[in-house]
Amino acid sequence: MNNKQIKYLIYALIFIYLAYETVTTIKNSTLTYYDLEFLLEGLLRTIYISVVSIVIGTFFGIIFGYLKSNANFFSEILLSGFLDILRSVPLIIQFILFYSFMGILEIDISIFWVGAIVLSAYTSAFVTEVVRAGIDSVPETTRRASRSLGLSYWQDYRYIVFPLGIRTVFPSWISIVLSVIKDSALVSVIGYLELLKTTEELISKTQEALLLLLGVGFFYFIISYPISLYAAHLERKLKV
Amino acid sequence: MFDFDYTFHWITVWNVFPEMLSAALITIEVAVLSMFFGLIIAIFLSLGKDSDNELAKTPSVIWIELARNTPALFQIYMMYFGLGAFGIHLSPHVAVLTALTFNNAGYLAETLRGGFASIPPTQMSASRSLGMSKVQTYWYIILPQVLRKVYHPMTNQMIWAILMTSLGTLVGMLELTGKTDQLQSLSFRTFEFYLVTAAMYFVIAKSVLLGSKLLAFKLFRGDA
Repeated sequence: MNNKQIKYLIYALIFIYLAYETVTTIKNSTLTYYDLEFLLEGLLRTIYISVVSIVIGTFFGIIFGYLKSNANFFSEILLSGFLDILRSVPLIIQFILFYSFMGILEIDISIFWVGAIVLSAYTSAFVTEVVRAGIDSVPETTRRASRSLGLSYWQDYRYIVFPLGIRTVFPSWISIVLSVIKDSALVSVIGYLELLKTTEELISKTQEALLLLLGVGFFYFIISYPISLYAAHLERKLKV
Repeated sequence: MFDFDYTFHWITVWNVFPEMLSAALITIEVAVLSMFFGLIIAIFLSLGKDSDNELAKTPSVIWIELARNTPALFQIYMMYFGLGAFGIHLSPHVAVLTALTFNNAGYLAETLRGGFASIPPTQMSASRSLGMSKVQTYWYIILPQVLRKVYHPMTNQMIWAILMTSLGTLVGMLELTGKTDQLQSLSFRTFEFYLVTAAMYFVIAKSVLLGSKLLAFKLFRGDA
């Protein structure tokens, strides 16, 4: 048997095991069609909260990154301090803190938005670093050349810094997207019914832990793996 | 605008602060152990992924991709609930340690691969032609350079490991977050308790960072 065949054999064995596990458990379990629907709803909520957080987080991350690359001493300390806290405190504690803080202020806010706001702030902390690295990666001389050729301040950003900077940092942005999708699983701690939380509910209802977990792992994997392949491909392609 | 009538009770937290400190030690212990075992496994995974033998390569690839493409919380659930199907019932403590080791190994393997790839293969030929054995080359030439390259990513991974232990609370482990949850449920001073916990995590993470910077200064004479 040659090398390639061994590889396929291993994958085939895993696939056969998973198929066997699925068929035998579904036969003997109390799982119904509605449970699958429930699970898919959770999957949609995971995607929904991730997309919202990524969009808002990236928007603020770009603003913060711009501010940080042009920061004076005071705003540098203020901004870095704030973003540093977001990155050094476990996300799950941030969710609980923000949720209970909203309770203290007696603000009526849905669980979805508590999750989305915290996750966006968390995303923006990482995007800020990436954006700043992107802006800093454009050589000072290039920018001075563009300004002396008559480009305005914003034109310099729009036509020189943006296209050059995005080449260096786009792969890092993709990996932030990946980690946000995975971290969105933690919103379950305040009771948002996303993919992992629905799975947990179904586990306590049907006791089919392994099958459900394999299923949900598969869902996460098929969202995440293509994006990570794409990031690796980009990194090779954009390498200067 | 707001009808703010909430009084903060910090004394409730202060009274049980020693208990939280001992819980923080459990957090650090689990993080350090998972990094240690993770690093050992990661060395084999990184060598495995780069090898030509599919019997070593395929399992390494599967491990690395699974660890990197599924949430850490899912991995913890898998160890805690999932292994029950095989009749293996781990305590929350062991389940979290195993899951974090699995996770760290996957990430560290990729970091190490990057480190090994950055060393030009000509160095191996050069040192071999100078009469060093393969093991000697790895030990004296390649590893010191790889260590320098992966030192900062490893520090980051260590901080990640500390933050990830907080997920243990969801399977009932009494590390810092779990202990906080247990303590706050007696008085329902949720905000005060978690604010203190957040500060503790911040201090731990920053101490690790500072410690690693000092160590780097000693190890690499400041040029890392």
